[in-house]
Amino acid sequence: MPQNREQIETNGGLDARGDLLPRVDYDFSAPGALRLKIGGAWKIAGGLPAAEDVIAQAKSRPGLNKILFEADSSFKWDSGFLVFLLVLSRACRSANISISGEALPADAWKLIQSSARAHAGPVRAAKESRLEALGGKALRFIAGARDLLEFLGEITLASCRLITGRSMFRRSDFFYIVQTCGVDALLLVSMISLLVGVIFAFVGAIQLTMFGAQIYIAHIVGIAMVRVMGAVMAGILMAGRTGASFAAELGIMQTNEEIDALRTLGVPPVDFLVIPRMLALIIMMPLLTLYADLLGILGGMAICTGMFEISPMEYWEHTLQAVKLSNLWIGLINSIVFGVIIAVAGCYQGMKCERSAAGVGTATTSAVVSAITGIVIATAVITFICQILGIK
Amino acid sequence: MNPEPGKTVLEARGLEIGYEGYPVMRGLDFSVKKGDIFIVMGGSGCGKSTLLKACTGLLEPAAGEILYGGDNFWKAGDAVQNRIMRRFGVLFQGGALWSSLTLGENIALPLQLYSKLTALEIREMVELKLSMVGLSGYADFYPSEISGGMRKRAGLARAIALDPEIIFFDEPSAGLDPVSARMLDDLILQLRDMFDATVVVVTHELASIMAVGSNSIFLDAESKTMIAAGPPRELLAGSKDARVINFLTRGKKKEP
Repeated sequence: MPQNREQIETNGGLDARGDLLPRVDYDFSAPGALRLKIGGAWKIAGGLPAAEDVIAQAKSRPGLNKILFEADSSFKWDSGFLVFLLVLSRACRSANISISGEALPADAWKLIQSSARAHAGPVRAAKESRLEALGGKALRFIAGARDLLEFLGEITLASCRLITGRSMFRRSDFFYIVQTCGVDALLLVSMISLLVGVIFAFVGAIQLTMFGAQIYIAHIVGIAMVRVMGAVMAGILMAGRTGASFAAELGIMQTNEEIDALRTLGVPPVDFLVIPRMLALIIMMPLLTLYADLLGILGGMAICTGMFEISPMEYWEHTLQAVKLSNLWIGLINSIVFGVIIAVAGCYQGMKCERSAAGVGTATTSAVVSAITGIVIATAVITFICQILGIK
Repeated sequence: MNPEPGKTVLEARGLEIGYEGYPVMRGLDFSVKKGDIFIVMGGSGCGKSTLLKACTGLLEPAAGEILYGGDNFWKAGDAVQNRIMRRFGVLFQGGALWSSLTLGENIALPLQLYSKLTALEIREMVELKLSMVGLSGYADFYPSEISGGMRKRAGLARAIALDPEIIFFDEPSAGLDPVSARMLDDLILQLRDMFDATVVVVTHELASIMAVGSNSIFLDAESKTMIAAGPPRELLAGSKDARVINFLTRGKKKEP
């Protein structure tokens, strides 16, 4: 207890709350026993004498086999004192010293005895080995693939119901989603695609100015934006913005049993929740892509006009020459495919979300990651198909 | 269809329920009679809510049958399942109101889907159902704007939107103060009489069990099955099972 001694000297024996500091004195007068004379406040906040010191004192006397207590009137305690007793009694057990707590407050001694009794807690499943963990992962992957297929099947059935006019969703929900995933995203899409156009123009300029062919910046920016970048940028933005929000929304609905409530009403949740979201995104993605294309071209135009003295009219003429209608179609088909991927990824993750806060977080992350991965893979596949079919 | 009083409306035969091959309850046999307030009781985590999921079409049982007026629910086709589901209303633990809709829209949705009422009639119906649960004037509020107890009552208003024949309650008094819990109990009795409905309540609230229950089963987590069946008061007075007595007396009386 050197620390406590110091404190006593510096604080006049009082702690910050005005309680007396805990103190313990050793009395070896009884044969074979150590009497601990304790006083002051033995509380969590105030710091406690170390049980190890007491044990060391007890062990220093050969033949000592009992520890007794004697509390004076200043003695106060909380669970800090209990912890001291627990540590002490564990050490005493291994040193074959018995503790007698009769002189302690009855409540404290009762608590110690009840917590000293061995409780058979619930048995936790043994931690799985690495091989088991790997196997579990593989099995979960297969189950996940089956789930996804089932979900796609449900979407297909729901789409059939939509086409035959038997789908159940609220038109107002659909328009609300159109607004949030379309109109509300305009500012973000404008900024990013304008900058992407600017970046393309700069990168192109580095090479083209070497040949004095700056005017071809218009070709590079136009083809890149219209054929693929407009759709990809809009897709990535929508994956982060709308895909994540779909997953979080549906995930929280799952957690709050709102989806169960739909089911018990006989409303297929896919009809009511997934179809309007998917439809809205499939309609808005091509529109956003067209918009992104245009803004990208404007970005390129700004650089050419400002830095290379190419007039906007001239730039526009070259863009029109370079960009063929087939480029536009490829871009738009890309965007529709991306719309489906983002909506399916977001809704699927939301619908199978675990019912907890962490579950919603995981669902949102997975939705964004799988949507972006899906977008990149789909772009590669579509580009490859166009190459094979000779669409230039 | 409108079954006669005393006729069985819901029956479980050799029911086994669980999640992904992990059984929660097995060997459940019970029948719920028309007009009953049927209590499913048992300790926390024993599978009461899981049983409710199986009855309300949310979780397919691992084995056994659930019969609604003779139709085997889980073996029936979509059309029959939907017809059966339209005959019951469910009050979920937290109310499970659709958070993007106002209370009025929540209650109107089942009516829009399954009734031939006009928009004006639906508005009146919404107001009527809200006033039945003591929430008149709240139609334009969103679920996030009202208290937990009110959300539960609004959930109840939605559950009774289509005047169901069977109303399921999942822990109706959980998280409510004693007075609100008592109000909900009174409401359960009132609704049963008003709609001539049958009520199935999953709960472990003793006060509710004794106040409203006309018949019950007792689920036990350890043996994974039902260990008692009968009116709650009779179980309290005459059950030979120490676990049932222990539960019904809050552990005060250890032996029957």
